[in-house]
Amino acid sequence: MDNLAILAQAPVFNLQLLVDGVLIGALFALAAFGMALVWGVLRIINIAQGEFVMLGGYVVVYAAAAGVPPLAAVPLAALALYVLGWLLYRAVIWRVVDQDLFVSVLATFGLSILLQQLANQLFGANVRSVDPGLGTLLLVDGSISVPYVKLVAFAASLALGVALVLFLKRSRLGQAIRATSQNARAARIVGVDTDRVFASTFALNAAICGAAGALVAMTWVIHPYFGLAYTVRAFMIVVVSGLGNLAGIVAWGAGLGVAEQYAGFLLGAQFQTAFVFGLLVVILVARQLALHRRRMVLR
Amino acid sequence: MSALLEVSAVTKSFGGVVANRAISISVPQGAIVGLIGPNGSGKTTLFSSIVGAHTIDAGAIHFDGRDITRLRVDAIARLGLIRTFQQTRVYRGMDCMRNMLVCAPCEREGLGAMLQRFPPALLERAESLLDFVGLHAKRQLRAGTLSFGQQKLLEIAMALMREPKLLLLDEPTAGINPTLINSLVERLRRANAELGVTLLVIEHNMRVMMSLAERVYCLAHGELLAAGAPQELRRDARVIEAYLGSH
Amino acid sequence: MKRGPNAYRPAALAALVVALGLVAPWVFPQAVTQLAFFWLMVLFALTWDVLGGQTGYNSFGNVVFFGLGCYATALVQRDAGLSYFTSLAAGMGLSALLAVAAAALLGPLILGMRGQYFAIATLGLGTVAADLFAGWDYVGGGSGIVPALYPGPIGERNRFFCYVLMALALLTFASLRWLYGTRFGAVLNAIRDDEDKAEAMGLRTTRHKVAAWMLAAFFLGLAGGPVAGLVGFVDPRELAFAGTSFGVWMVLMAVLGGKGTLWGPVIGAAVFHVTQELFWTYLLGWQRVALGLLIVVIVVFFPQGVLGWLRAQRPQWFHETLDEGAAAAQPAQRDEAGMRAHERTA
Repeated sequence: MDNLAILAQAPVFNLQLLVDGVLIGALFALAAFGMALVWGVLRIINIAQGEFVMLGGYVVVYAAAAGVPPLAAVPLAALALYVLGWLLYRAVIWRVVDQDLFVSVLATFGLSILLQQLANQLFGANVRSVDPGLGTLLLVDGSISVPYVKLVAFAASLALGVALVLFLKRSRLGQAIRATSQNARAARIVGVDTDRVFASTFALNAAICGAAGALVAMTWVIHPYFGLAYTVRAFMIVVVSGLGNLAGIVAWGAGLGVAEQYAGFLLGAQFQTAFVFGLLVVILVARQLALHRRRMVLR
Repeated sequence: MSALLEVSAVTKSFGGVVANRAISISVPQGAIVGLIGPNGSGKTTLFSSIVGAHTIDAGAIHFDGRDITRLRVDAIARLGLIRTFQQTRVYRGMDCMRNMLVCAPCEREGLGAMLQRFPPALLERAESLLDFVGLHAKRQLRAGTLSFGQQKLLEIAMALMREPKLLLLDEPTAGINPTLINSLVERLRRANAELGVTLLVIEHNMRVMMSLAERVYCLAHGELLAAGAPQELRRDARVIEAYLGSH
Repeated sequence: MKRGPNAYRPAALAALVVALGLVAPWVFPQAVTQLAFFWLMVLFALTWDVLGGQTGYNSFGNVVFFGLGCYATALVQRDAGLSYFTSLAAGMGLSALLAVAAAALLGPLILGMRGQYFAIATLGLGTVAADLFAGWDYVGGGSGIVPALYPGPIGERNRFFCYVLMALALLTFASLRWLYGTRFGAVLNAIRDDEDKAEAMGLRTTRHKVAAWMLAAFFLGLAGGPVAGLVGFVDPRELAFAGTSFGVWMVLMAVLGGKGTLWGPVIGAAVFHVTQELFWTYLLGWQRVALGLLIVVIVVFFPQGVLGWLRAQRPQWFHETLDEGAAAAQPAQRDEAGMRAHERTA
């Protein structure tokens, strides 16, 4: 635990971890927001969530290789994933929407394996990333380095989050989505095309993940198998903050990001993913115990 | 003799809505007690409170001399307090016989008891109870394929299989073909008389309530409005107003 | 319950399978390892289905118990200083114990939640275990352990472990066959069909779920040692906690063959094992993509699996159940898991 000593002796390093954590946490929050949307509206838990993020990253990788400026590739990734999400809904998801959770869990699990292995086959197992060439900001006499792209990514996620909230509140489709999430049958009765709402929501979620993934590719690294960790992170954040709690999602996303940075630093980078999965179990158990007192269970 | 079920000043709110306010009812051993009231008066909520499906905000519930206020659903069920559901719940993937067998009470708790095959005596009892509700011919069919009315009968048979001391029935005749209601009521009366099962019944069908219950409680707007013999309540102005007023 | 002439078919089939299993290693010595892995697949599918198809709780982390078994046996062989077969037996015993203990400790924590939460909680179990073992020097870190060398020629070793795995698979099958006919099995199915109802009827649902997981853990733990001995090495990511292969295959096989039934996982294991060879040969590189696709297709379009499809096509091969009340009813089917029955309501 020498690393712990480092943190004590050089407090400024804590700031580095904090900054890194919050910046990546914004991306976690995006993925969580999308998962909450799908969960609230379609009532399914999308285990392939992390794979959407991963694919968004690859869009940017290949777009950049083709000469597209990386930042411009973010909307491209969002668009590509929107289409993919819409296609997946039409092919598979609509069939599991009104079945029991068991089926949708298995189906999205299968989807996640499919996409993961597809990526592995098509893109290779190597770690990839894209450098948008924006340089690095140095703070506090150079002890803290923040790549500009991370700041841009953070700003982009916030902007995207705000745009989504406005979309859901103001636009017709957004209102239809919210109505459907509250009561699908009632929504249908007043004329909402719930099937279209479901498709749009699922596609929108994929787009959100795609954008997040694009940003991840520029700020960190991607590889075909990192999707599962993102699914778990998104799920954790939603469980802890609650489905409708946007502020909570942002806050807990940032919190998770910071916690992960610390875990990675103190336990070693090779245990960072294990930390995430372990934290999931801890959070679920804590939730369960809290509900237990009120004679409820996590359902 | 103290009552089998003693509900004392039970209050339950959901959010800002008070679903049950200081409700007290008493169900004597061996009796058939009715619970009536317009929709939304809190009857099913009271049932859920009694069986431990949710916590209550105030009050106490005693069953068979024990304080069950803090107990969980399964523990209360094991004490002999069983409820049926308004929307009728059976194990849809299994056949009727298996539905019945899994409801047999388990005297011993340990691993050995869990791993028993079903003894022939139990199979006979299940068959005779299915016969009692008129489902013997359908006993091998998957419960999910039965009609709604048949599932209701199955649910009642399953509850009886559990050998309950007290059975809470949530609208047992709702959705049943009117021509079959009489036989169902008759079966409930027989279960009470022959099998010694105390009944607490929520019913909307007044005719059924009159012929079945000895004592009736009327709820309205989450409060206990009136209590007494069915004939008295039928003439009670407050009860009439509660029903007419809400339609 | 009436037992018609068809009741003897499964027994005959089982006897045939056992006979073939005993003879095959001598007749096809070059396929012994294949056969050994077939038995392993049967065990994987059956143990997944106990909690999966029978109880309605998807576990994506069962591979953890298998991995614990691999490591525990290899460690006993390495450190206990016993003769080969004694240490193998002792190792397998310890493996089963550790696996069951792991299920007993973790189960009450995560099986109290409803199925989808449990499922997601198990998603990362394999990865956590792999990472932990890969970072632990005592168990060989990232390189893993090489178990003790079998005291005999390779052909004999392969045959030996093939028979051990066959015995384990048969033991699993027989245990589950018996279990599903008991009250315990009925409770598991009740939990699957309507857990709230089961609780309302007084069933101790969590206790049963944990016991079911412990049972699955037991057999998975036992299987770890023989596989390690057969393969010759214990690698944390590729063998012991191979989530993306074994972990996925468990799910696929049970679903493919017909989840929630006794023979379904066996059929699924057989079909998968055979097609796996074809996949690997003809789809080289894309076989895992195909597996993911297969899971989606089956779960969405053929949820009843091979067994369910077979029942629909040839109901006379299975027990028939007549609706004795209806005069002109078509034969209805008594069933063990979610299946469409054909019935005219009187």
